[in-house]
Amino acid sequence: MPGPVQSIERAAAILRLLAQGSGRLGLSEIANSLGLARGTAHGILRTLQLVGFVEQDDATGKYQLGAALLHLGTSYLDVNELRSRAINWADALAARSGEAVRIGTHLQGKVLVVHHVFRPDDSLQTLDVGVLLPMHATAIGKVLLAYDANAAAAAQDSELEQFSRRTIRTPKELARALSGVREVGWAADVDEIAMGEAGVAAPIRGYGGLVVGAMGISGSADRICDAAGRPRGELVSYVRDAARAVSRDLGAARW
Amino acid sequence: MTERYVMSIDQGTTSTRCILFDHRGRLVSVTQREHKQHFPRPGWVEHDPMEIWRNLERIAPEALAQAGIGPGEVAAVGIANQRETTVLWDRRTGLPVTPAVVWQDTRTGDLVDELARRPDAHVVKDRCGLPLATYFAAPTVRWLLDHTPRLRERAERGEVLFGTMESWLIWNLTGGPDGGVHVTDVTNASRTLLMDLRALSWDPVLLDFFGVPRAMLPEIRPSSETYGTARRVLPGVRIAAALGDQQAALFGQTCFHRGEAKCTYGTGAFLLLNTGTEPVASTHGLLTTVGYQIGDQPAVYALEGSIAITGALVQWFRDRLGIISSAPEIETLARTVDDNGGCYIVPAFSGLFAPHWRSEARGVIVGLTSYITKGHLARAVLEATGWQTREVVDAMNADAGLTLTTLKVDGGMTSDNLLMQFIADVLDVPVVRPMVAETVSLGAAYAAGLAVGYWPDLEVLRGNWHRAGQWLPAMDPQRRESEYGNWRRAVERTLDWIKPPAG
Ligand SMILES: Nc1ncnc2c1ncn2[C@@H]1O[C@H](COP(=O)(O)OP(=O)(O)O)[C@@H](O)[C@H]1O
Ligand SMILES: [Mg+2]
Repeated sequence: MPGPVQSIERAAAILRLLAQGSGRLGLSEIANSLGLARGTAHGILRTLQLVGFVEQDDATGKYQLGAALLHLGTSYLDVNELRSRAINWADALAARSGEAVRIGTHLQGKVLVVHHVFRPDDSLQTLDVGVLLPMHATAIGKVLLAYDANAAAAAQDSELEQFSRRTIRTPKELARALSGVREVGWAADVDEIAMGEAGVAAPIRGYGGLVVGAMGISGSADRICDAAGRPRGELVSYVRDAARAVSRDLGAARW
Repeated sequence: MTERYVMSIDQGTTSTRCILFDHRGRLVSVTQREHKQHFPRPGWVEHDPMEIWRNLERIAPEALAQAGIGPGEVAAVGIANQRETTVLWDRRTGLPVTPAVVWQDTRTGDLVDELARRPDAHVVKDRCGLPLATYFAAPTVRWLLDHTPRLRERAERGEVLFGTMESWLIWNLTGGPDGGVHVTDVTNASRTLLMDLRALSWDPVLLDFFGVPRAMLPEIRPSSETYGTARRVLPGVRIAAALGDQQAALFGQTCFHRGEAKCTYGTGAFLLLNTGTEPVASTHGLLTTVGYQIGDQPAVYALEGSIAITGALVQWFRDRLGIISSAPEIETLARTVDDNGGCYIVPAFSGLFAPHWRSEARGVIVGLTSYITKGHLARAVLEATGWQTREVVDAMNADAGLTLTTLKVDGGMTSDNLLMQFIADVLDVPVVRPMVAETVSLGAAYAAGLAVGYWPDLEVLRGNWHRAGQWLPAMDPQRRESEYGNWRRAVERTLDWIKPPAG
């Protein structure tokens, strides 16, 4: 077993320090208190600032605990902010794939649609924002379940509603599907929410790789799938590229 | 090398963006950086031109890197910019001689009143199509010349140059002190109060009226034409378009025919209606302005309803009051309540623009009771944008003698669903968002791509336009009328706030 990670220990010490007393400290004060070189302390503070755990006052340059730390339990990315940050890439994905795009987050066992871009054929379509979709029968829902152990456990325990003869039926089937999603990094639904309908989705990640939502296309299975009934590779890569672009924008470094 | 993309630079009021588009008008990469808003005194708004230039130096290479290409694969770059914001700089050193004075700045209020009292004041509206207001560049230039020691002599000798942001950026891109090209385009020039709207050239009568030396002004060029080649940041790339951001959005929404209109929701909001190749004068408080000019073709004109403060009110809520930590959170906060609780905010921070044009108005919050929460205030913030839109749409319908049947929208605020629904509700027409929310950038890219033959004609561009979202009106008509009535009463309370100086 590797030993404790030094920079994490130091970050924890800085947070403890800021949680005491006046709660506002300058760089030298922090470095001196912990016996760190200024450069070392500064590097850690910058990272803590990036993830929102520490804030720096514009006028005085002093550091204090960040708002994100106070809201650790609640959703860390506001859904309206997620839409705002993703809107350009969602548009580009719709234009590239020729299909409707949705972005979803997890809300009480359902997918909450937070953004919807029409299929670019100028046909009559209705905005779906605010609608709830089933998790186990949609690509977006499967992505959200695959990277959220609590939500997945809850889904295993609840009844899996059947929408077509292809909808995932058993907890075991669901578990297998989710581990498949984690393996390849994207999800699909084919004939599962309705016969003839298909979708592809990929995770949107924030700092440190935390999954904050999922983005996907959906439409007629004839267009989305190849002759073998599998999502076309080209579409899958469009979806993954778009989700990665949003993730990069949100500060996820490696995806 | 194959030229696969067109780049746009959108130098906006809040931030600067750099976007690469492909042949189908699809976004390939995007980078963005906000710059600081300086409010040194009440009514003053400034930007640092060097900060904006440095931001561009940083984000343009990043946009190339994101797409994994070099400048050789960029067919052309087009620039869209916040309009009227005034930069004065030293031709020799390349350094700004004052901070940039932003279009929302009202420091010229007294000067404008003084100019308006002159017997020949009518020449302004007659020749450039715009009312005398603090909003435009000429009074700002005059104010800076009057208040900065030795500036007038240096300007007369051509040592100090004037430009709006596109001029500043093009001059820097093409070499700065070392051979920089000093140009502007017809749309930006049409916002100075110094251009003859029909001849599309600097008007000696107006230069004389405002006391602005000819030697400091850029050359006026069409919106879509190669001005020069970048020597810095994007070496070798042709700079082939410049338009004011609102005109760029009109172009990006492919409103190429008479009667087509769009509204862009950013810092402020701007409704523009294409009126064809003839300027149309407004009798309801709208501006007559140049829409665009492609190469040596005749210019296309537009009627404009300008709203000074829309997104800026959200920004104020975020930065000055600290009630939210990001702009989109305004929607989250507004959704914590069902209505405005009787509260209205009229953000006359820079006076009221269209259709009122009251520079002495200042903002109010009315209807405050102990019942009001920050949720109600957040609603009132968003609703202010809706009602201000209603006022300019009413003016547009009256002026153009036609009734708007749908509103095409774009800009940063269109990601706000609650707001878009509210606008559909108060206008009682569908609101439609196109597939490229960054329509300002798309318009600049289109104009640049046309100039260098990357796209053959306007019809091809039209084919790229698709509906990405639509909001349908759903408000009870009686409620709409009573709320509009409340809004109008709130507006009345902003008027006559700033008193003329005593004596
Ligand atoms: N979700 C949102 N709801 C309301 N306002 C928003 C939202 N997102 C951004 N804004 C506002 O939109 C403006 C930024 O839009 P943008 O089109 O970039 O403006 P500009 O071109 O004038 O700089 C800011 O004033 C910001 O407050
Ligand atoms: Mg803009």
